[in-house]
Amino acid sequence: MAVKDYIRERFFPHIWCQGCGHGMVLNGLLRAVEALGMSKNEIVMVSGIGCSSRISGYLDFHTLHTLHGRALAFATGVKMSLPALNIIVPMGDGDALAIGGNHFIHAARRNIDLTAIVMNNRIYGMTGGQFSPLSGYGTKETTAPYGNIDHTFDISALSIAAGATFVARTTAFHVQQLSQLIKAGILHEGFSVIEVMSQCPTYFGRKNKLGGAVEMLRNFKEITTPKGSKAKQANPELIERGILHQIEQPEYCNAYEQMTALAQKGK
Amino acid sequence: MNANIKFVQGNEACVEGALYAGLDFFAGYPITPSTEIMEHLAARLPRQGGKFIQMEDEIASMCAIIGASLTGRKVMTATSGPGFSLKQEALGFAIMAEIPCVVVNVQRGGPSTGNPTHVSQGDVNQSRWGVHGDHAIVTLTASNHQDVFKMTVEAFNIAETYRTPVILLFDEVVGHLREKLVIPDEGEIPLVKRLRTAVKEGTDYHPYLPREDGRLPMSDFGSVHRYNVTGLYHDMWGFPTDDPKIVKGLQRHLVDKIESNAHQVQKYKEFYLDDAECILISYGSSARSALHVVKNRRLRGEKLGLIELQTLWPFPSQLIRERCEQAHYVLVVEMNMGQILREVKNAVNFPEKVFLANRIDGSLISDADIRNILRIIQGKGV
Repeated sequence: MAVKDYIRERFFPHIWCQGCGHGMVLNGLLRAVEALGMSKNEIVMVSGIGCSSRISGYLDFHTLHTLHGRALAFATGVKMSLPALNIIVPMGDGDALAIGGNHFIHAARRNIDLTAIVMNNRIYGMTGGQFSPLSGYGTKETTAPYGNIDHTFDISALSIAAGATFVARTTAFHVQQLSQLIKAGILHEGFSVIEVMSQCPTYFGRKNKLGGAVEMLRNFKEITTPKGSKAKQANPELIERGILHQIEQPEYCNAYEQMTALAQKGK
Repeated sequence: MNANIKFVQGNEACVEGALYAGLDFFAGYPITPSTEIMEHLAARLPRQGGKFIQMEDEIASMCAIIGASLTGRKVMTATSGPGFSLKQEALGFAIMAEIPCVVVNVQRGGPSTGNPTHVSQGDVNQSRWGVHGDHAIVTLTASNHQDVFKMTVEAFNIAETYRTPVILLFDEVVGHLREKLVIPDEGEIPLVKRLRTAVKEGTDYHPYLPREDGRLPMSDFGSVHRYNVTGLYHDMWGFPTDDPKIVKGLQRHLVDKIESNAHQVQKYKEFYLDDAECILISYGSSARSALHVVKNRRLRGEKLGLIELQTLWPFPSQLIRERCEQAHYVLVVEMNMGQILREVKNAVNFPEKVFLANRIDGSLISDADIRNILRIIQGKGV
């Protein structure tokens, strides 16, 4: 199947601003799905609210566009009910980790087989540029006009600590790697987190004088390095890209099936 | 001894009713006084191949049952006041996206953490208007375990028929009281199956286009029709739109599908109404005390009658107006500050003759509480 066959063409052009990184994530996601040769009927895309969450409307899968922060809770219901389905959950940083933080850590802890793609543009874009938990200390947003005093956290470290069994990071600049990581995340049996650093030139870029989309993308190239690279040893400030963590743990739906078998034996 | 006779708590009667109705997915979060529902289902569902999950919070439980319902399962969650507040956002989503599901609220005293281990009927209006925006909802209740069972089955049937969430509003006394329950044989109570589309693969399927009879056939996630489900106003394919004509049409549809079928879902019981001069109106555990008073007074020749409401929303205004027409006065018996009283006053032609016997201290309203108000109304002093 060609990439084009996976999209709902009548909804294009998309709503994202010029230069937004989310379209690149969509591209990487589609190439991953195509490479895996997945059928459209076996994929359910569950999203929350925000710029990133609109991705679901453009794709010809079973799509569930839910509430702000709650996508993983809905997705848990779908997956638990019908484990044969592949569930992909595109999320924004605020969606996943502010209002949805509780659902995020618990989906990770359960190790339920969902693929969460966190499109981290460090801002609430849909509402016009307020700071998110990923904006970072000292950045400027409409709700932090004098500089943000909220500290950020590391999505990947948080995911690992919460129990996610596949954690990867890349950027909108590294589209090939993005596609590879999403593919690996879908194939991984368990809760997978793929953090994608994505640019929002309209709000985060403008407010923080980071230039346009091209400058922001170039910056992603400069501040990141492949995991385990020599560059990282020389410059610990660099952010690592690639699969950061992958372990085998009992997957939730499988564990449920085993528990069920036990319950039925004891009947 | 009949194996179908059980001596159980009301919460367990609800579990039996739900399983009889075909419940096969439950998500919940522990909260007094509803917890026994999830405890029993944690044991029962895995044994019969159903799914049970304890979620991280009340919000997530409500979201999870919506997701599971979309795959074709019959779903339920159970909670009490604070949890019911948390579920409102996703309950609104289920109303907007027209997802069949059942939400149990075993009421305790509120607001806030309130009076967790004591009875109340304070969430009557929350069950009607807890969700933001205009909408319609079905709320059922019951006063005894046989009716808890029956209303639970009814809730699933209504949810499937109208593609809507249905709220089961029980209370702590009914939930925790132990009494006899006779489980009906299979087929004794008709069950409504999910209406699925007959549209073939490759043909355009409209998940949100009502048939002539108003029903909307569904297609399970994972099967051949791929469509969108959203909490936004949406077109007949489920895609977001703000087209004023479509917005207005959907808003009307969401309200009309319940309101225009109100008579189909309005369940009630009546006792000694034919010649009643004084009519008591009650529901839930309050109705047990009300019935006790009515029966005793009848023995003394006093013409008292009782309407026991089993559907609280849509409120049966017409029924109340008609049945109370000949009454000298009406006494609403409930454990809140007059939430159904207000509806009754609005329904009847003589609101000045409608009185309230209530209790709001966490104790079950007693026959003495009701008798005291009757004395005042009847001019016999305090």
